[in-house]
Amino acid sequence: MSQGLTMVVCIKQVPDSAQIRVHPVTNTIMRQGVPTIINPYDLFALEQALALRDQLGGTVTVLTMGPQMAETSLRKAMGHGADRAILLTDRFFAGSDTLATSFALSAAIGKINAETPVDVVFTGKQTIDGDTAQVGPGIARRMGLNQLTYVSAIPAIDKAAGEITAHRRAEGGVQVLKTKLPCLVTMLEGTNELRRGSLPDVLRAERAEITTWNAKDAGIEDVTKCGLKGSPTKVSKVFAPKPRSERAAMIEGADATPAAIAAAAVETLVAADPALPGVITRPSALA
Amino acid sequence: MSETPAKPPARAAKSKELPEHLKAYRHVWVFIELEHGRVHSVSWELLGEARKLADTLKVDVAGVVLGPAGEGTDQAVAEAFHYGADQVYLVEDPLLTNYRTDPFTKALTDLVNTHKPEILMLGASTLGRDLAGALATTLATGLTADCTELAIDGTSRALAATRPTFGGSLLCTIMTLAARPQMATVRPRVMSMPEPDRSRAGPVIRERLDMVEEDIVTKVLDFIPDADTNQAQLAFADIVVAGGLGLQRPENVQLVKDLAEVLGAEYGCSRPLIQKGWMTADRQIGQTGKTIRPRLYIAAGISGAIQHRVGSEGADRILAINTDPNAPIFDFAHHGIVGDALEILPALTEAFRARLAVDRLAG
Ligand SMILES: Cc1cc2nc3c(=O)[nH]c(=O)nc-3n(C[C@H](O)[C@H](O)[C@H](O)COP(=O)(O)OP(=O)(O)OC[C@H]3O[C@@H](n4cnc5c(N)ncnc54)[C@H](O)[C@@H]3O)c2cc1C
Ligand SMILES: Nc1ncnc2c1ncn2[C@@H]1O[C@H](COP(=O)(O)O)[C@@H](O)[C@H]1O
Repeated sequence: MSQGLTMVVCIKQVPDSAQIRVHPVTNTIMRQGVPTIINPYDLFALEQALALRDQLGGTVTVLTMGPQMAETSLRKAMGHGADRAILLTDRFFAGSDTLATSFALSAAIGKINAETPVDVVFTGKQTIDGDTAQVGPGIARRMGLNQLTYVSAIPAIDKAAGEITAHRRAEGGVQVLKTKLPCLVTMLEGTNELRRGSLPDVLRAERAEITTWNAKDAGIEDVTKCGLKGSPTKVSKVFAPKPRSERAAMIEGADATPAAIAAAAVETLVAADPALPGVITRPSALA
Repeated sequence: MSETPAKPPARAAKSKELPEHLKAYRHVWVFIELEHGRVHSVSWELLGEARKLADTLKVDVAGVVLGPAGEGTDQAVAEAFHYGADQVYLVEDPLLTNYRTDPFTKALTDLVNTHKPEILMLGASTLGRDLAGALATTLATGLTADCTELAIDGTSRALAATRPTFGGSLLCTIMTLAARPQMATVRPRVMSMPEPDRSRAGPVIRERLDMVEEDIVTKVLDFIPDADTNQAQLAFADIVVAGGLGLQRPENVQLVKDLAEVLGAEYGCSRPLIQKGWMTADRQIGQTGKTIRPRLYIAAGISGAIQHRVGSEGADRILAINTDPNAPIFDFAHHGIVGDALEILPALTEAFRARLAVDRLAG
């Protein structure tokens, strides 16, 4: 029986969307030169897995589905201390929505599980490009893993008893949940800070071999469940947001002093919404 | 929606005839999120939206209420009719007391398989997103998360769900053509609250939860309520004042707070200020923060990126202050001031203070 925890962290390589521009004429995304990063939300999942390994021993495998160049992100994750990296890549995966993505990732996790039983699968809360927060629950459901979403802390985990206790962010409070391993955890952002990689880890990551699996390697026989074919949602249109029919009416004061502009602004706002002063109710407002 | 589409595939545009066995799916459903005896207001916002979609399709709206008997279920059912439901599906069971993925997924999956709705909408709350992901996978159907606009496609009668994509720099419209139900989640406050009609009522269809506690692996040990209820106040405030990177230094956040104080308003910010630690995360306005729908929104030193826009453009009236006359925020603000927020904010605080003093003397 293996000691320690066998953990898989799903990470996605995404374009650094802060730097994405839309072509002003063709309305298409200008991808060229946009740097890629590990989905920032996934870093919290990675650190949580590494912390559990520190505590209880075990292994952390990072897994991504994406193009060949997603290898960069896997190496980066190894540089932070992950033990092993798997790249799931195949032309059949192109155009996957959440259902097809969770199908492919589940197959790969299933294969890892066949080698060594997996205790915990981690995902980030959401991606910054897909931004759906649905892939995690999708994997859990497909694989029959107990699902813990929006987890902010894992105060207890007991491999022998096969139990895990987690704090889950809910509406208006925190649920303390206890469930059985194996489970799937989606980590909440801001819950930890990813460690810097040690020098040996960084060097190891540079030379490390990245395991690459295609659909067949991952044991997927029915490729119609992958990619565009396996995605029930279809994108019918991509477009840039329209401006309002009129642009903002500019307020200019009698002279250009801030006081004059502010006085004009108050007049304009009250004229547009005469009930506004009544809405301003706090006693301190009149102090 | 995990892989971001570069180009819409041509075949999606062609509306395929719906497979025969899916034609039985009819009506628009809204999951009424009931927890700790209270309904999340996003459920009523969704019922308002469902009403419009159902009227276009000429079908009914149904609400789905899951919960333990006696803990707000009666009230939730009654109100679901007030907010636009034609009928309500109700599953009452003690196992539905605290939210857990398994019993909720089971209850809703069984309801869907028995009564076959064509559209199913849930709030994109932590509960709704947990449930929707599990449900869509179990039903093997399409789910479009965090929609900002919902409509019916004229040719296919499919739900055309629009959401920000690519980190929000673009919008995309997504349809589920060959699976049912078509699922969508919408964040709180994105849709407006419908006016309740207290005279409305309708039939309640009761179903049972086919499950016992022993079937459920996950146990709730405790629930720790948030000490700070500010979180909700920003989303529901009548007036909101917010600052962005144009504030330049952390101490200038005070200028936003001062104006908010005079206006009895809540204050908030754009995302970079959270990342810099100038405000706490519950103050972020936008796609990954709070959606606000105030009567008046004053945005100072905020450029108006789409992620910020989708969370704030539901305001009745927006005043933007920015040094750059070409800032995108002026594309959706109603009023604009081209000027330095560090000067305009204190001047506005003074001008409102003066105006209110005059009103008080007159009143
Ligand atoms: C996945 C994702 C999710 C996101 N979610 C959100 C979100 O929920 N909310 C959000 O806000 N952002 C979000 N963002 C970030 C968003 O893209 C923008 O980067 C952000 O909104 C910009 O903040 P800003 O307007 O404060 O800063 P900037 O874009 O830097 O704009 C500062 C503005 O201040 C003006 N200015 C400068 N000096 C002054 C002055 N003295 N007086 C007045 N004006 C001045 C400038 O002209 C400029 O327009 C998200 C991004 C991503 C990728
Ligand atoms: N292509 C992918 N490869 C690996 N993990 C992914 C992929 N897409 C999504 N995930 C994981 O699922 C989480 C939720 O993604 P999403 O549903 O797209 O918001 C992410 O934080 C990742 O951990």
